[in-house]
Amino acid sequence: MGQENNYILEVKDLHTSFFTDTGEVQAVNGISFNLEAGKTLGIVGESGSGKSVTAYSIMQILAETGRITGGEVRFHGEDITKWNKKQMQKFRGAKCSIIFQDPMTSLNPVFTIGSQLTEAILLHTDNNKKQAKERAIEMLTLVGVNEPESRMKQHPHELSGGMRQRVMIAMALACEPDILIADEPTTALDVTIQAQILELMQDLQKKLGMTIIMVTHDLGVIASMCDEILVMYGGRVCERGTADAIFYHPAHEYTKGLLRSIPKADNMNEKLIPIGGTPINLLQMPEGCAFCPRCDAAMKICLKEKPQEFRVGETHIASCWMNIKELYEAQEGERV
Amino acid sequence: MSENEKYLLKVEHLKQYFPVRRGFKTIPLKAVDDISFSVKPGETLGLVGESGCGKTTVGRTLLRLYQPTAGRIVFDGDVLFDSGEQYDENGKVVLGADGKPVIGNKVDVNMLPYRKQMQMVFQDPYSSLNPRMTVEDIIGEPLDVHKLYRSRDERREKILGLMELVGLNAEHAMRYAHEFSGGQRQRIGIARALAVNPKFIVCDEPVSALDVSIQAQVVNMFEELQEKLGVAYLFIAHDLLVVHHISDRIAVMYLGKMMELADADELNENPIHPYTLSLLSAVPIPDPETARKSKRIVLEGDVPSPLNMPTGCPFRTRCRYATEQCAKEMPQLTDRGNGHFVACFNK
Amino acid sequence: MQGNGNEELKKKQFLSAQVDLSKFNSAQFEAATDEEKKQQDVMGESTTFFKDGMRRLRKNPLAMASIIILLLIIVTIIVAPHIVPYKYYEIISVDGVRDKSASNLAPFTYSKLETQYMKKTGEKLFPHILGTDSLSRDYFIRVIYGTRVSLSVGIVASVMVLMIGLLYGSIAGYFGGRIDLIMMRIVDIIYSLPDMLIIILLSVVLNQTLAPFIAGTVLESLGTNMISIFIVFGLLYWVSMARLIRGQILTIKNNEYVLAARCIGTKNGRILRRHILPNCLSVIIITTALQVPSAIFTESYLSFLGLGVSAPLTSLGSLANDARAGMQSYPHRLIVPAVTICLIVLALNLLGDGLRDAFDSKLN
Repeated sequence: MGQENNYILEVKDLHTSFFTDTGEVQAVNGISFNLEAGKTLGIVGESGSGKSVTAYSIMQILAETGRITGGEVRFHGEDITKWNKKQMQKFRGAKCSIIFQDPMTSLNPVFTIGSQLTEAILLHTDNNKKQAKERAIEMLTLVGVNEPESRMKQHPHELSGGMRQRVMIAMALACEPDILIADEPTTALDVTIQAQILELMQDLQKKLGMTIIMVTHDLGVIASMCDEILVMYGGRVCERGTADAIFYHPAHEYTKGLLRSIPKADNMNEKLIPIGGTPINLLQMPEGCAFCPRCDAAMKICLKEKPQEFRVGETHIASCWMNIKELYEAQEGERV
Repeated sequence: MSENEKYLLKVEHLKQYFPVRRGFKTIPLKAVDDISFSVKPGETLGLVGESGCGKTTVGRTLLRLYQPTAGRIVFDGDVLFDSGEQYDENGKVVLGADGKPVIGNKVDVNMLPYRKQMQMVFQDPYSSLNPRMTVEDIIGEPLDVHKLYRSRDERREKILGLMELVGLNAEHAMRYAHEFSGGQRQRIGIARALAVNPKFIVCDEPVSALDVSIQAQVVNMFEELQEKLGVAYLFIAHDLLVVHHISDRIAVMYLGKMMELADADELNENPIHPYTLSLLSAVPIPDPETARKSKRIVLEGDVPSPLNMPTGCPFRTRCRYATEQCAKEMPQLTDRGNGHFVACFNK
Repeated sequence: MQGNGNEELKKKQFLSAQVDLSKFNSAQFEAATDEEKKQQDVMGESTTFFKDGMRRLRKNPLAMASIIILLLIIVTIIVAPHIVPYKYYEIISVDGVRDKSASNLAPFTYSKLETQYMKKTGEKLFPHILGTDSLSRDYFIRVIYGTRVSLSVGIVASVMVLMIGLLYGSIAGYFGGRIDLIMMRIVDIIYSLPDMLIIILLSVVLNQTLAPFIAGTVLESLGTNMISIFIVFGLLYWVSMARLIRGQILTIKNNEYVLAARCIGTKNGRILRRHILPNCLSVIIITTALQVPSAIFTESYLSFLGLGVSAPLTSLGSLANDARAGMQSYPHRLIVPAVTICLIVLALNLLGDGLRDAFDSKLN
């Protein structure tokens, strides 16, 4: 990794905390990753793992009590955590857009689809009103909304969930951002509609060549969409690597457990092997590895020391003591 | 469906319409429209479909949380509800000389004694437990209502027994529901349903609100409880992989109608109905290799509004095989052998 | 996972380049016991909803200040009459003789007769903290009694409003359908009446009709005006409370735990008692707390118009009304009751807001 690289986004040791009346909650605790242009990164984890907060931190759209407390987010090499409000405003929308789980809450119910879309376009480009309107219709056609002219005059509540998500995507892509962050974009949708939206996102990526960050808890969605995967637990990175590496050679006990616990074609008639315990309480983080209270293979060292990020493949990184144990035992074996 | 097999629950031609006001007119929303199925003792019947297809309504109507519009519900040999219409072997209502349906014996029993035998586990572990009650009181409520104990000590003992059964720590009995995580809350909900020792439990999307790593815990618990207690489930969900894993048979619903019903493995390997086919192919498989290879059958368009249902088969507006006949009438569920029932003219 | 040996080998190469294995010993790689794991995974302190809310309330400085002010006022109005030797209806007299010079005294001054008396006997008379009014009555004790009356009107009226509203609203909300439709139309009708006009008319009418009924009972000492104020409040202001409770119940009714209770076979009464009402309790308490100041305001307003409690009993509003005449010469007589009303109303409003912030689950 030299200074000259083609990473569109580099996140280095990002820390984000929420300051609540019960104390500081470290939602993101030292996340690093690099993202090449045109690729799809999947961030997977359960609720409270900090996956959405990571996405919001990149966009700097955290709730009032939240603050980035450390680290860098570099966009084309520039640290955007140092940018002022005006620069960030330009960044959001023009360079990087986000779509949310529930399109209803991100669309304003009193305005028509058309007026919201054209407004978004006018805000970030120097198009005039007529051009903006044409562009809006063009975008709606692009995302597969039928009869875009008449849809422009409709209000959000007149559309179905899938249509609304399409409109959201159209709005997010209206200014041709370099990065699209999708925060659980299909969780609220039915399977057949989810398939439509995923298909659409893949098509658009091919057409427009944008970079996608996909935040989800659904391993199925991740497997079908992403080139690279970041597995998070308790605000930390467990493992990061290519989709194949994560699914076929997982190197973290949490990823392994997760893959064992989901029903798949080959374990339909067997019992699932669940991960025990309850999800982590961010207010009471363990001293060592965040996952160790629930880990079947937990060792003494896991209780005491946070595992560092170890490189276990060319592009595969995992933070689990188990890998070191295996190495240690192999070495001991050789000595004997 | 051969008659000599023993059924725990049998539902025939169940209809559940809700009146919806549109201006001055009241029109019926056909949430469940003429569906029939049965559940054997100790079996799990999976019920899948997209949101708004009426699967939740089926569960609630069975437990008589709604008053059914028409149909017949038989539980353990007792008729719980019968609106009295008669049906011929083609599934058509028998009409009298005056052109109106012949109405036979109407039945509508008091459900209270049956509430001890049929229970429900709810979807949202956050809203299904009263935040102002302790775990002990939540699990104890069915015991109180049906007076299933003689002394305070016996009540407590039963509650602790139930908590142990679902894997909850007895020390937590005096805690409030809001202090627990989603998975633990769902365990509390299951313990509440089990308190009356039911034979049949409707599980209404019990794992869909849970984290992936917790889902397996709860799915396993359902399976273990079934082995231990011999309870039958109607397992309602939209996650086909989970339903396939837990169910013996699976029924597929679309817009209030039953589309296909078959053994879980049979349905997965050999789906017949075009809707089932696209539903199965739309499920994202958690395996990059398969995901790259397989091509989704992406359905065009959206689910029609249940207030404005297409005539005939409701799926025809999105179906590749739709013909004129589909617009005229709804195909009946027919046996394609091996207990595989399909409602389609063209497949 | 797939037993890919090549992959394993690569992994080892990568790892050994990064890790200095001599730092580790085999003890560190022993499996951790369940005990040890459990220690890391503790459940938080058990907090009830109430405790949690109180903790939040205690952190709100405005609400805490309001509580202190209200407590001070309440302690004063309870204790003061036992210390001050004057009565609110008593015209100052010295040695059994009515003291005509004692009218309109300034704070902390004595009348001529009193000064003479003190000189003569050497006994110290209790000071007139706020002076006297035009009828030679000790003003401080009148303010104390006025505050007593105003506060109790506020509280009793709010409790009446609460009880009627709760009963009406919960029936309409829980049973819904046609019952709800009819009951809420009645509410709409009452809502559409101009309330001040009704209050004034009702107080006039009730004043006359109530007198024979309460003659000779404890209620008589309160006066017909006071009782008619209670009735008027009860009859008019319950509507907003009923609407609010109905709305609350409609939302709570849709929670799955109510459905679960019905599924268990729980009877309606028990569902209302155990599941619905406890969950709208916070809203009920907050609204009642906010109802008290509005009742105090209306009472003061009515008293100011001369429709309040009957003389010689007084309330803060009628004290202010009486003080109007001598506003320029004796401004403190207007300022003191007015400031007291403001303090009470402000404190109750802030407390109500604080309670809402602390207990309303929607805001958390």
